[in-house]
Amino acid sequence: MLHIKCPHCGMRSQNEFSYGGDASVKRPELNKEISDEEWDNFVYNRKSLRGKHLELWQHLFGCRQWIKVERDTATHEIFNTYKADEEIT
Amino acid sequence: MQKYSIFNLVKNAFSNHENWDLAWKDPTPKEEYDVVIIGGGGHGLATAYYLAKEHNITKVAIIEKGWIGGGNVGRNTTIIRSNYMHDENALFSEFGMDLWRKMSQDLNYNVMFSPRGIINLAHSDAQMNAYARRGNSMRLNGIDAVLLNREQVKEIIPMADFSEDVRFPIFGGLMQPSAGTARHDAVAWGYARQADSMGVDIIQNCEVTGFDVTAGKINGIRTSRGNIKTKKVGLCVAGSTNILAEKLNMTLPIETHLLQACVSEPVKPILDRVVTFGAGHFYISQSDKGEMVMGGDLDGYNSYAQRGNLPTLQHVLTEGIAMMPFLSKLKMLRTWGGIMDMSMDGSPIIDKTHIDGLYLNCGWCYGGFKATPASGWTFAHTIAQDRVHELNAGFSLNRFSTGRLIDEKGLGTKTWIS
Repeated sequence: MLHIKCPHCGMRSQNEFSYGGDASVKRPELNKEISDEEWDNFVYNRKSLRGKHLELWQHLFGCRQWIKVERDTATHEIFNTYKADEEIT
Repeated sequence: MQKYSIFNLVKNAFSNHENWDLAWKDPTPKEEYDVVIIGGGGHGLATAYYLAKEHNITKVAIIEKGWIGGGNVGRNTTIIRSNYMHDENALFSEFGMDLWRKMSQDLNYNVMFSPRGIINLAHSDAQMNAYARRGNSMRLNGIDAVLLNREQVKEIIPMADFSEDVRFPIFGGLMQPSAGTARHDAVAWGYARQADSMGVDIIQNCEVTGFDVTAGKINGIRTSRGNIKTKKVGLCVAGSTNILAEKLNMTLPIETHLLQACVSEPVKPILDRVVTFGAGHFYISQSDKGEMVMGGDLDGYNSYAQRGNLPTLQHVLTEGIAMMPFLSKLKMLRTWGGIMDMSMDGSPIIDKTHIDGLYLNCGWCYGGFKATPASGWTFAHTIAQDRVHELNAGFSLNRFSTGRLIDEKGLGTKTWIS
């Protein structure tokens, strides 16, 4: 069982969260010419890293906020969690 | 190679079975090969076998980081089927069904193929309509499909919950009578033994650390046991695809996810079909040893752990108990997890790449085991002829950017994000 520390509510069980995928993916800017390749990269292509992975989760059965989680995809260790709009340095 | 036969069994009995040949050798890597297959799982072994058998290319090496058959081919739920609606998946899988039926004779190895039939249960009128449509599509592609009503299903699997007041009553189901199961390890061993006998080098405990690519062409690979020169490399590494793609500066429409399965304690024969729950994701069959073999959903987040978490298992087994209440009385014998190469539309990729001589085989999601022979056959063709076969033409890498997705479930992309 994963335990995820929601930055709004504190430590909660994995059961309260749903997964939202790679948080490093950036949507191409609005109203700008983009190539099929850029769109392809945004919609489909993923690095799927082994090791440290920054990802989106939603505290669905809690505060319903989207959060960012830094987690190891090989060991499932969670290093840090952030609010969705928090700058990560 | 010694043939496995009743005659040789009797003959070797006289020497206490101490003089059997090794099923495959343990060679040191040569300096150069015509083709190198990375990944000694079912698909990689099958590819090497068909390269030798169908295309007469025998200067082939299989490079495996662990041991052959130690990955997903040894940890799946052994289900074989071709009950697909879309032409690409249906024709490919049905071609595979033919290979499955001949496999034990072809490989001179008993893979215990058991065409016991699969039943997908329906729990609403709408689902019955959808199954009727799927069944019709299957029959148009020459695949056997039978739409069963509630009474017919009850006759076949009376142990399922047919009470009226359950949340998901059984309305009927779609059956593919020719589907079934096979002994997964035997498939890997059978392919390995035949490939080895035709000259393929099976190199285990050898990790690929890099690729030599110059001017858009592959020239060789670097491994923990030295460099190997080759003009053709087939990537066949399922859940590790992204790790190797990174070394090639490729980003693929693949995410690696965790899938669990489990078996109960062995019990007397009760279930002689494969059955799937239609209101969720749960499937079950009974092994020859009597264990109930069960599986269901992904854990749902990127993972390379090969080790699952309890919430998903609990969720999957809740579905199982809703479908067949007797399961609640069984003890769990074993659970395990493997890592899946989940493609963005749920269908596989067997294609050439932008690098000359690099071929890609990945994206098998939940359904890699049943595809083993067809995947090996078409991948061997793609590598040997340097062009895709019509059976795998739809499984192209560029179908994502060109919008030709094969979305079998009609659920859109990235179904693990729900």
